[in-house]
Amino acid sequence: MTDKNLTVQNEKPLSRESLQSRERFLTPAVDIFETDNGLTLVADLPGMTNDDLNIDIDQGVLTLHGVPGRQAKGDSLFGEFSMPGYYRQFRLAEQLDAGSAEAELKNGVLTLHLPKAEAAKPKRIEIKTVH
Amino acid sequence: MINWNLFREMDSLRREMDEIFRSVGAGDLVENAFMPGPGARRFPRLNLREDGDHYYLYALLPGVDTDHLDMNMVGNTLTLSGERMEEVSEQKRTWHRRERGAGKFLRTIELPAEVDARGVKAEFRNGVLEVVIPKAEEAKPKRIDIKVK
Repeated sequence: MTDKNLTVQNEKPLSRESLQSRERFLTPAVDIFETDNGLTLVADLPGMTNDDLNIDIDQGVLTLHGVPGRQAKGDSLFGEFSMPGYYRQFRLAEQLDAGSAEAELKNGVLTLHLPKAEAAKPKRIEIKTVH
Repeated sequence: MINWNLFREMDSLRREMDEIFRSVGAGDLVENAFMPGPGARRFPRLNLREDGDHYYLYALLPGVDTDHLDMNMVGNTLTLSGERMEEVSEQKRTWHRRERGAGKFLRTIELPAEVDARGVKAEFRNGVLEVVIPKAEEAKPKRIDIKVK
């Protein structure tokens, strides 16, 4: 059961603000997986550059937010997507060490690694034999 | 353990409604996210734009390596095919969410007028492919002067 404690719990209970912002932003698709070292989040954010994207962790809530800066050329003939910006929030478990998070953006894919805090890592306890 | 949360319930209801709209083809109404997913949704998503001399095709291809991307032009039909590779890892992983898809794709788009296939240029930047296709001379709009007599 200890494993379960480290899940990224459901997105923050939606306040009025975040409900509104969902209207204007896209929710990027994400993969989230956990290893012994921490949690990794992979998000598809096509069109985003390092400067466009903001990643905040505030009081245990991770927010991905950004608006792509580059504009398309010409006039639209036919469209299947629009890029008003991306927005998504996650509530993080407390056992993650947000201070040493690492993020990389490559080919429109964000990889965010959140290491587990030392206290939350699985430990093996040696049993000493006392004579 | 009962863990009932009104907000969460509301949110999941809203998601289900979105899914229903999408499944009947009214997906544009809900402004859905870019999500190739494991299902049979169209991937990559394309936007076609034009100005006087060119067509511009934009394709959302996050995480696709250009080595695994292939583009062909026959007449005025452009075919884009490739594969989004799944990242493999030795480490044991526990998945909490898995929304991003992987796999092969192929899309074909017919351009509305004759084009100059030799002048096509493509650039891949931040997961977005931009293809610039010059229109053939006869397809370019021409300005006709009207003489006043």
